[in-house]
Amino acid sequence: MSEAVIHNGHHDHHDHKPYGIGRWLFSTNHKDIGTMYLVFALIMFFVGGAMAMVIRAELFQPGLQFVNPLFFNSMTTIHALVMIFGAVMPAGVGLANWMIPMMIGSPDMALPRLNNMSFWILPFAFTLLLSTFFMPGGAPAGGWTMYPPLVLQLGDGFPFLIFAIHFLGISSILGAINIIATVFNMRAPGMTFMKLPLFVWTWIITAFLLIATMPVLAGSVTMLLTDKFFGTSFFSAAGGGDPVMFQHVFWFFGHPEVYILILPAFGIVSQIIPAFARKPLFGYESMVYATASIAFLSFFVWAHHMFTVGMPLTGELFFMYATMSIAVPTGVKIFNWVATMWKGSMTFETPMLFAVSFVVLFSIGGFTGLMMGITPVDFQYHDTYFIVAHFHYVLVPGAIFALMAGVYFWLPKWTGHMYDERLGKIHFWLSAIFVNMLFFPQHFLGLAGMPRRIPDYNVQFTEWNMVSSIGGFAFGLSQLILVWVVIKCVRGGQKATDQVWEGAHGLEWTLPSPPPFHSFTTPPQVTDATAHS
Amino acid sequence: MFFKKLKECLTGITALWLMAWTGAVHAEWGLNLTRGVTPISHEVYDLHMLILWVVTIIGIGVFSVMFWSILHHRKSKGAVSAKFHHSTTAEIVWTIIPILILVGMAIPATKTLIKMEQTGDADMTIKVTGYQWKWKYDYMDDGLSFFSVLAQDSNDARQPGSNIDLNSIDHYLLDVDQPIVLPINKKIRILTTANDVIHAWWVPALGWKRDAIPGFINDNWIIIEEPGTYRGQCAELCGKDHGFMPIVVKAVPEEEYVAWVKKMKMAKAAAAASGDRDFSKDELMASGKELYSKNCAVCHMAEGQGIPGTFPALAGSAIATTPEGLPDHIDRILHGKNLMPPFGEQLSDADIAAVVTYERNAWGNDTGDVVQPKDIKAAR
Repeated sequence: MSEAVIHNGHHDHHDHKPYGIGRWLFSTNHKDIGTMYLVFALIMFFVGGAMAMVIRAELFQPGLQFVNPLFFNSMTTIHALVMIFGAVMPAGVGLANWMIPMMIGSPDMALPRLNNMSFWILPFAFTLLLSTFFMPGGAPAGGWTMYPPLVLQLGDGFPFLIFAIHFLGISSILGAINIIATVFNMRAPGMTFMKLPLFVWTWIITAFLLIATMPVLAGSVTMLLTDKFFGTSFFSAAGGGDPVMFQHVFWFFGHPEVYILILPAFGIVSQIIPAFARKPLFGYESMVYATASIAFLSFFVWAHHMFTVGMPLTGELFFMYATMSIAVPTGVKIFNWVATMWKGSMTFETPMLFAVSFVVLFSIGGFTGLMMGITPVDFQYHDTYFIVAHFHYVLVPGAIFALMAGVYFWLPKWTGHMYDERLGKIHFWLSAIFVNMLFFPQHFLGLAGMPRRIPDYNVQFTEWNMVSSIGGFAFGLSQLILVWVVIKCVRGGQKATDQVWEGAHGLEWTLPSPPPFHSFTTPPQVTDATAHS
Repeated sequence: MFFKKLKECLTGITALWLMAWTGAVHAEWGLNLTRGVTPISHEVYDLHMLILWVVTIIGIGVFSVMFWSILHHRKSKGAVSAKFHHSTTAEIVWTIIPILILVGMAIPATKTLIKMEQTGDADMTIKVTGYQWKWKYDYMDDGLSFFSVLAQDSNDARQPGSNIDLNSIDHYLLDVDQPIVLPINKKIRILTTANDVIHAWWVPALGWKRDAIPGFINDNWIIIEEPGTYRGQCAELCGKDHGFMPIVVKAVPEEEYVAWVKKMKMAKAAAAASGDRDFSKDELMASGKELYSKNCAVCHMAEGQGIPGTFPALAGSAIATTPEGLPDHIDRILHGKNLMPPFGEQLSDADIAAVVTYERNAWGNDTGDVVQPKDIKAAR
């Protein structure tokens, strides 16, 4: 303890800010690491987005115009891995890094060196993954779900895929440990659990999901590795194994994973809507319990991703009922957000626009999710463009819109400048229009019978594919506005006040904008008045 | 103002694009699930519509409330925010009502699911086996067995740079060389399995899809109520040509089915009878070329050039050009190696002889070798 005290004494006088490349390479500062996570996520968003553009260009009309089928499969596979593990997850961690210490009144994360390591693993992991494009046999093309036996047909890139997944898993687990350690140990006096901002709550729950499921993914891909190179037959029927076993294990990770992607988004929206409605969040406690219930239930629904593998009737019924039951806590969240807006005094700056469209468009994804939870009908929907539309609705205007809302909401706090509101609104409207043009027609394609993951299709599917592709190109281009807004805001702009938004409450808004290098050097005293309200 | 103009402008561009393109292609704009032609597919369709309406009504209800609030409770209209932040009654109500709706949806879903699993008392059984990238159909009761691959005209047109007008092709990518013929009004049990990787057999009009998994057998059933041709595709990613292994089911009245079975059996007997004789090089080259494009070209490519790093070239390769390579060449086709599947059980001696002869004489592999069915028989 005495060491820590002396250490603190040194820091009080000056903001001991390292500079140059070392500031970033050796950073142990939650804000710098948060920034690196967010920039990395943005770069990966464009890398994964470029692959999506290749997919949409090839699907613009029937026939093969640009790529061969194997490369097309690599595009769908790597697009998914990059977007999930490279864009959405790191963006969530970046926001957590920036905001959690400021929200709970601590100087930094509990484990700053671990924080550095969990970030710097990521660029290496993605170098491994993306280097497979230059290897004999090409990049992984068996889908991001890596189902055997297909995935075992991959060439020299196979071990690179497996070890990239391992690295990503380690990074996520370390990040999750850090968040749990921070929230459990570093809260300011008076900041009880039931006073934590919702964003912090959703991140604790997400962190527990990560710790519970990432080792499962690591185990399952390691079994793939030994099946390929060491003669085991975990997933080969010829050797007494079972290819479906992989799917069970994978989705035991995979379903909680979708909540890992969406729960932080719930948290962000729960911060933004009360701020712009100028009214406290409706049903704070039920929001916490609903989030926890969703996370808990997520461990019991995995097989709804694989209804068509042929399970016993009782198994199918169990997973159908369990899946449907998730609609209840999710509904509670939606109703609470609407009730928060009800009788508020709303304004619609860019963060609020993104948050409101999140509520509507995420719900559409939720509705189609419920439809697919009905097992007998899922036998039709499964592996068609209907599911592609569903999960893109929950991930793009769902998770990614919420992340963007968060960026706009907190950008003035981070930089000390207001962003360009006009550009922000243009970005929002273009995104909101084109994301629907991109994904809504895919519902029709799926229902009309177009399977997913095909590079070419019958001419009957041409029209909606064209609409979808045009929407896709326009949505992709619109995202350049976000880059412009961020750069412009970092470089200058109208000075932001400490509180930034009229209706914003919580500890992070009591710090100056931009906040000092070490957030709270003396812990603030939290009372009912200064907590989330 | 700016947004409105931009929106108009973009809508205009979109409409133009679409008009330009739709002039050249079928205008289908398909929107909804097919009602199908089996009792199960009707139930599935009804369930789909029921749930679709339920979620649509819930959506309209919730979003109407939200948008009303967005319009009226805004600061610019002088709205002053209320202070309430919870209501136990409201929260209980919006927990209980969804539960009741869900139970209401679960009951018919459970009934349909139970019906789908009743695969007993079938009149006949078909075994469907997925291969990369074709389907094999075994008629367990009638002793018929054949492979079904993408129709040649679709296969030619789908090659990059083919410049073939896709609208000139009947059912582009949804047509096969040999459809599966089934009788109507019979309860048919369909078993699905696979030989290499996981596939999924899906004909939308039959109301379900089911994975075909190597080493495991799934079962399902259908009763086709109307004669007709029903098309579908593989629905589980199975590698490079996943998008090119369609399914065509031809449902016919029973008499027609019986006649078809008889015809197929006679053709099979005729092929077996002529299979053992020696063929001329021209005969072998002609049938070899056809068999090559159907079975081999997906990986080794039309000109035998392969795909570097994934599928080896045959043109100029030692195995297909040197005399020492010949036994290996035949063995590789019969028994496979690594990604190469064994073709011994799929192709007859005459077929393999033709393919080997073709591969040793095409694309500059001018070995002059002629391989006869008896050579293949000896190598088996």
